[in-house]
This record gives sequence, structure tokens and C-alpha cells, in this order.
Amino acid sequence: MRTRNLLVICALAFCAAGCSSIEPWVAPYDRENLADPIMAGRAAVSQDFLDHVFESREGSRGATGGAGGGCGCN
Amino acid sequence: MIHAMRLRLARYVITCFGLLAASAGAGVLPEDRADVLYFRYDGGGVVISGPSMLVRKSIGEHVSVQANYYIDMVSSASIDVETSASPYDDERTQYSLSADFLHGKSTYSIGYVNSDESDYTAKTLYAGVSHDMFGDLTTISFAYKTGQNEVFRNIKIDGVKQNDPAFADEMETQSFSVALSQIITKNMIVSGQYEVITDEGFLRSPYRSVRFFVDQVAGTQGQQSEIYPNTRSSNAASVRAKYFLPWRAAIDSMYRFYTDTWGVVGQTAELGYVHPLDKPIWGGNWIFEGRVRYYSQDAADFYQDIFPRANYANFMARDKELATYSAVTVGAGATYEFKIERFPWLSKAQINLRYDFMTVNYDDFRDARQSIGSYGIPPPPELVRPAGQEDLYTLEANIFQLYISAFF
Repeated sequence: MRTRNLLVICALAFCAAGCSSIEPWVAPYDRENLADPIMAGRAAVSQDFLDHVFESREGSRGATGGAGGGCGCN
Repeated sequence: MIHAMRLRLARYVITCFGLLAASAGAGVLPEDRADVLYFRYDGGGVVISGPSMLVRKSIGEHVSVQANYYIDMVSSASIDVETSASPYDDERTQYSLSADFLHGKSTYSIGYVNSDESDYTAKTLYAGVSHDMFGDLTTISFAYKTGQNEVFRNIKIDGVKQNDPAFADEMETQSFSVALSQIITKNMIVSGQYEVITDEGFLRSPYRSVRFFVDQVAGTQGQQSEIYPNTRSSNAASVRAKYFLPWRAAIDSMYRFYTDTWGVVGQTAELGYVHPLDKPIWGGNWIFEGRVRYYSQDAADFYQDIFPRANYANFMARDKELATYSAVTVGAGATYEFKIERFPWLSKAQINLRYDFMTVNYDDFRDARQSIGSYGIPPPPELVRPAGQEDLYTLEANIFQLYISAFF
């Protein structure tokens, strides 16, 4: 059952990957604001240190990173 | 059980790697940069300071590598240390190496982290994949991490600090996370992440004690070692949003919900604002940032500030990080960005200064120094409180960061 669920999830991800022909509603040339350096967030060297501080002081952990891969706006 | 779980996770990651690798397109590697950070944390009797150096460099058009070297110099006289041990100094050294491989619209990442201190070593391996799709409006990511840790206990023999030859144990941790990033409008991007972490092995501190009533009416107490479960599984889910404001500024927010098999429930909320100045000053650009973070937590099921008697339960903890409390962190930062004409290979450089102030208010962790004393010395008679009736503990910390970044 668990294996089947995993396969379904991965198959959906694969299908989604194959749908890159969908017309993006925000065109690449419209992503100037998203690519602005002020949207980039804190430097990794600083954020990693702060995450370490919070993880040491708190019982919670995980899901602290961004989504990864950026916004595709170079 | 852990072995079976690891096999399932590995199979899942490998399957997704294979499916996503079949796609084609164009992704983006992180930019080349170098950072040197000096940090200092000072709060609750603990001072941690040190440098961290990070270098990221592309090799060709499809590979980017990163190296990080980090040192924590710890001087601890925390409340736990005051009530049950002696102040100590220690040093933790950590290095990490990672590589990102770009293939079409997919980026594959692998990494290794090694952390060493006198009574704890940790080795962590991780792998992940992220994939851009829907015209690069959406990025989906998967990551898997596994860590092997060795736990020791320092004691003094003939006045020399060394590992207790009678104690050594291990802990294994694994994590799996999935994340989705989505461009909503030309000014807004949101992301969500879900992470499962499982730990197995020696999970408590080999130094910390719990306290219990010897005579509750008289307010007398005793101490014994903590007793923890050997496993812990946690679930954390977070959502983030970033918005580009009309006057060239950015606002971002984050919310995270956390729960685990120990009964800890935590919630985190964060709000940030980034504002660049319109005109250069001193030949460079200035960017200012303000941030506030709120955290609240319900205690672990087996946490108590003071137990009714010795050996009261199968599991007993008095780690204040497992107590009920709330915390607020307020921070501000400034970045000065400039170019150096004589170094044309340097696209830009930054000097960054950040300061954060953290306050933690505990609801069920009391200041046991008022009954036990500090380092074996009883409190002054006028300050003595019966066990279990001490003031609630509060912690304040100053967090300072200065770092220089160079972009190539």
C-alpha cells in the first residue's frame, strides 16, 4: 500500500514535469522584481548560524529551509 | 524498524531521482561567492563565538561546489551547569562539502557534514533533487539526510578534562523533506516544506539531571539522571511568502507547525522587511533589514520541572528546551554593497552587520539556583526559596553577526 502511494506521488511529479509546455502566467521577462537581490534572503553563512541558534534553544526542528532551487528567475 | 524505514526512504528517493532525471530543460546554479562571518551569541550564561567561512564556485556550466568551515568556541555557565556541574570551555569544529549538478531543469545535490567536539562527533550525508517546471514557475524538491553521531561524557581525571572511559554511546538520525516553491504573480512567490526526522539511540544529555521532591512539605529535593526514550520522530511543516513592494522593498513571512512523538508541539511565525536606499552613500548601496520572530512551545509529555519522587516515571526530563515557553527575537541588519575598480573580476562585495535580541519566557522551568545554589554553593539565606517555588526562569540573549561577502 505504502509502495503504491509512493509510486503514485512520483508518477504525478513526473507527469507534472512533462507539462512544461503550459503557458506560464508570469513570463520570464516579467520576473525582474522576483530576481531583485533584495528578494534573495539572507546569506547562507548567516542563516545557517541563526538556524543553529534557534535549533539549540527550541524543541522544534526541521522545515527551516527555503523550497530550494530558487524561483527559476536567474 | 529504522533499517526498514531507511530502505523505504532510499527507494523513494532513488525512484524520484530516476523519474525527474528523465525531464529536460534549463535550470540555474547558485552564483559564485565567498563569505567570512564572525558571530557571537551571549545569553543565559553561555557565550558562543567563532568564524564561519563559505566558498561556492562553479566548475563549468553544470557543476557548482561549496565548502564551509565553522568553529563554535563555547564558554558555558548555563543554569543547568550552575546547578549540577562546573563551568566549562569547549570548541566545536564543523566542515562541510557539497556539490550541485545541473541537468536540464533538474539540480541534483549531494553533501557531507562533519562536526567534532570533545564529547560529540556527528557525520551527516545528504542528497537531494530539485526540478523546475510549468515554465519555471514551480520548483519541487526532495531531500534525504542521514547522520551518525557518537556521544561521550567529559570528566576530570587528575584535573585533566577527558572522555569518561566508562561511557560512550551512539545516535542515528534520518530526515526526509519535500518542498514546493511557486511563483504566484510577478511580485510574489510562496513556498511550502514538509520534513520528517527520526532519531534513534542516546538522545539525552549525559550531564543533565532531573530533580525530585524528597519532602514536598519541607521543600527539600534530590537529583537523578534524566531518562529519555531511545527514539523520536518529528513532523514539521512550514509555509513562506515573499512579496516585492511597489517602492522597491521586500516583505516576507513564515509560519511553521511542529509536532513529535515526545508530545512537543511548537509554532513559529516570522515577519521580515528589507529596504534598500535609493541613492548610493559613500560610493555604495545600502540595504536595511528588520525582522521579528515569535516561537511558542508545549512541553514534552515526560518533562517536569520537579518530579513528585525519585524514579517517578519511565521517562523523566528537565531540559528547558522541552519545557512550555514562548520566545521573541527581534533583529535588524545593514548591508553596504560596493565594487572595487582594481578588482574587475569581483562583481561586487558586501559588508553585513546583524544584531538580534532574543527573550525566552519559561512557563514551567524554575530558577533552581534559588534552592540548589550555584556550583555547590547554597544561595544566600535571604534568597533561598523552597524547591518548586522558585521564580520562573527567563533567558535573554544578544546575537551579533558581522560578515563580508564577495561575488565573482
